[in-house]
Amino acid sequence: MSLTQIFGVAASAISAQSQRLNVVSSNLANAETVAGPDGQPYKSRQVVFQTAAGPGDALPGVRVSRLVEDNAPGKRVHDPKHPLADKEGYVEQSNVNVIEEMVNMISASRSYQNNVDVMNTARTLLSKTLQLGQS
Amino acid sequence: MPTQLLDSLKFHGQALLLRSQRQGLLAANIANGDTPNYKARDFDFGKALAAAVGVSGISGTTQPTNGSATSPASSLNGSHAKHLNASQGGAFVTNATEGPQYRQSEQASGDGNSVDMDRERANFADNAIRYEATLRFVNSGVRTLLTAIRGD
Repeated sequence: MSLTQIFGVAASAISAQSQRLNVVSSNLANAETVAGPDGQPYKSRQVVFQTAAGPGDALPGVRVSRLVEDNAPGKRVHDPKHPLADKEGYVEQSNVNVIEEMVNMISASRSYQNNVDVMNTARTLLSKTLQLGQS
Repeated sequence: MPTQLLDSLKFHGQALLLRSQRQGLLAANIANGDTPNYKARDFDFGKALAAAVGVSGISGTTQPTNGSATSPASSLNGSHAKHLNASQGGAFVTNATEGPQYRQSEQASGDGNSVDMDRERANFADNAIRYEATLRFVNSGVRTLLTAIRGD
């Protein structure tokens, strides 16, 4: 029955989008971070989506296959009084692009809403099917 | 035996099954709207229904799916020599393709994803309402049978 499978597919998409939203929030929170626990500046992270094909001809859902770190160099700010400044007086901040992350956030939230709508429609159709033959 | 009623129930039951399969495919397309290299899939409902019930089987009509040029056709039983032979004209195309096919995307995207979200959402809503319509046909058939069984 395909209608019941829709719940699993939409749920996998919702879960993947919420992971994406989590990563975005982590990136935004660390946009101004100068040094993490390892002493290095924070690196921006992104999720990678992958189609999660089920067994047989089951409908394909989505999963987050891995997290990738952006290895681009971070912003360098001249601040000689900063305790973490290097010899030339520069401090390296995280390489998070705040504008990109905001766009990512809006896209993730729209996709999330889309899949919630899909689930609601499937629920309505199934409950109407369950009432079959009743007056 | 009320064969016509049972035939009609069988026809609409088959249509309901295909509608629910299409609904699932469209939901998977929407779910994978952000997945790189995912290709959107769909099937032609009219052709699939024709293949499922057989051309010479129950008379019924096919709804054109999302504007594709499926001519509304029904296989009629002629009871007179001068009746028009409907099967020569706009009858079902029998060589229905097996299983879902990949949809052609109109606007290519850089990550190889071919899901057109507007189209998928429109098809999803359209298919949901058609599922409900078919459900009402099935429901009325079941209630007619129940009335006949109870006799009250």
